Amino acid sequence: MREMWRAALVIARRDFTAVVLSRTFILFLLGPLLPILIGMVFAGFTDKISSTDLRPVVGIAMPASETVRLERAHDRLTERMGDQALVRLRRVPTTPAPREQLARADSAVVAILSGTVARPVLTGKAEDLDRLQGDLSLIASAAQAENTLRMVQVRREEVATSNGAQAQGRLQIGRVAQIVMFFLTILLAGMILSNLVEEKTNKIIEILAAAVPIDAIFLGKLMAMLAMSFVGIAFWGGTAFAIFLALGGNGAAVPMPAVGWPVFLALAVIYFAMAYTLLGSLFLGIGAQAATVREVQTLNMPVTMGQMMIFFFASYAIDHMGKAPEIAAAIFPFSSPFTMIARAAQDDALWPHLLAIVWQALFVGLIIRVGVLLFRRHVMQSGGRWWKQLFRASTG
Amino acid sequence: MNGDTPGLAPAPAYALEGHGLVKTFGSFRAVDGVDIAVPAGTIYGVLGPNGAGKTTLLRTLLGIIDPDEGHRRLLGAEQPLRMARQVGYLPEERGLYPSMKAYEAIAFMGALRGLPLRQGRVRARAMLEGHGMGAAINKPIRQLSKGMAQTVQLFGTIIHEPRLIVLDEPFSGLDAINQEKLERLIREQAQRGVTVLFSTHVIAHAERLCERVAIVAGGRIRFEGTVDDARAQLRSQVRLRTRARDGAWRAALPGDATQEEGAWHFALPDGGIEPLLRALLDGDAGIESLSIERPGLHDAFVAIAGAAAAQQMRDDAEREALV
Repeated sequence: MREMWRAALVIARRDFTAVVLSRTFILFLLGPLLPILIGMVFAGFTDKISSTDLRPVVGIAMPASETVRLERAHDRLTERMGDQALVRLRRVPTTPAPREQLARADSAVVAILSGTVARPVLTGKAEDLDRLQGDLSLIASAAQAENTLRMVQVRREEVATSNGAQAQGRLQIGRVAQIVMFFLTILLAGMILSNLVEEKTNKIIEILAAAVPIDAIFLGKLMAMLAMSFVGIAFWGGTAFAIFLALGGNGAAVPMPAVGWPVFLALAVIYFAMAYTLLGSLFLGIGAQAATVREVQTLNMPVTMGQMMIFFFASYAIDHMGKAPEIAAAIFPFSSPFTMIARAAQDDALWPHLLAIVWQALFVGLIIRVGVLLFRRHVMQSGGRWWKQLFRASTG
Repeated sequence: MNGDTPGLAPAPAYALEGHGLVKTFGSFRAVDGVDIAVPAGTIYGVLGPNGAGKTTLLRTLLGIIDPDEGHRRLLGAEQPLRMARQVGYLPEERGLYPSMKAYEAIAFMGALRGLPLRQGRVRARAMLEGHGMGAAINKPIRQLSKGMAQTVQLFGTIIHEPRLIVLDEPFSGLDAINQEKLERLIREQAQRGVTVLFSTHVIAHAERLCERVAIVAGGRIRFEGTVDDARAQLRSQVRLRTRARDGAWRAALPGDATQEEGAWHFALPDGGIEPLLRALLDGDAGIESLSIERPGLHDAFVAIAGAAAAQQMRDDAEREALV
């Protein structure tokens, strides 16, 4: 066993230095930052688009006095409810046939409100009527009440903590942690698919297989890629933190996960490593069967789809803490790290994490072993039925 | 190096053993019931044409692939990879990481077999400088010529000072000068007590280097023994030219004697040449020339493996020379 770890480290060191010291690694580090930078540059612009243009516009086809009443009511409600809460109103010529007006090519409104404030008539498509009816009823009611409508003042009573808010905050942390872990895994683990192609095309696999157990080759490659991922994450995380500080971010406003930040971050690192090695060992096993880069590229899509399904399962489970879906997602090895990090955000018990980490590590070992045996069987054309050799020593 | 490896105590008489080895790929039996024993400290050749099963046999013995039947023992160990630190292996298909520097590639190959990386780097530099390749030390493999890259891989095979060196077609792709260098290196290793096992389809290398050979054809070992044993499979050939065309002396010629361009050819009789010589002198045959030629390994190979296999080996060698 000691010899296998030693050999794995030799391979890991070679792979790690080969990747990190290559010129393309700089692109690898900068790549994920580009969308963030571009997003920041265009943030103001896109924000404007979303706040002004995307609300539905309803045409008001009423006598002028009625229209003014509606507009005043709209303004008063907007003051209380915020800019984005209500539909936009636009004056259109009064018409006896709103249907025809809506059908005109230059019509820029979704629906037309005609009649009077007391008896308004809304004309439009059924699905638009469904979503606009409530807003317009509220505006018309406010217009009818005019000055008699008195806004009730809500008295504020501030408290330091609120269990409901805390639960909401922790749920959010769990979701964010899941999403971040998922994106990092999808971004980084897919690279492992092509990891053995170089050795196979350059015939180096023969040198390696003659000197060390294939288990050590697989393990070494996983260790190298995981280490490389941590370099990337440290770089991206550091940059994100620097941007957060530069923008005057307030860390105190961020809710606290159930297990506390230090334990949560440590668990996040461990669960990322587990998610990465679980998927990585699977990808390594699948990719090792491929003979060419083209075959690896073909495998990319189904593999990404598989990752998406695992993520959906884990994110579905987060809303069902302690219930069957969450327990199933925690037991299923591939979704387990994502489910457990969400659990760490919401529940302060630590023993389930110890259990989950051991469980996940067992599966990493099992998947590597199966991958190795399949590699020996189908690529090296050696060994018998793989399941018969699953627990035999790997010393050739 | 040898001090930190398991199973050191009494050195086994055989560096490599295989008994009843069978390896099939689909319906093709690449190795078909092979028994082989490579004595420790010898230079041992595995001869055979391409496709004879040499590479599969070596890979099976080294533990790269498992046999379907039979068992093997490498430096006394049933599980070959347990002795990996004491073995150096140069595969037929050469492989190095193209972006690695020459000395790093050598040190890496040593590290795979347990040599500390730092020590490997020092040795690698010394090896390259000692063989006139100092300029290549820091060059990436992709910038080296094929012959230089092959030499780098060979150094990587012996950097950790193994007790057993296995070379699969080591002369393939080398020019005459580098072939000569490689032969010298093999002899140097053998003088240090290292067992060297190599496969080749060029009989001349085996004839010059090997103490023992195994002739492989069709996945089976057709002969195993010393080069002299192989030659002894055939009787020496006698070539006789006489001035007299005929006489009583002709009755003394063996029954298989044939005449070609005025000369007699026949296998050396069991009783030796003396009775025939006496008959030639007594019968006034007038001996113009008499030569006794000991058969070469090639002749033995033809006799053992069959003319077709020998022809294939000649073709392989010629094709390679052209390349």
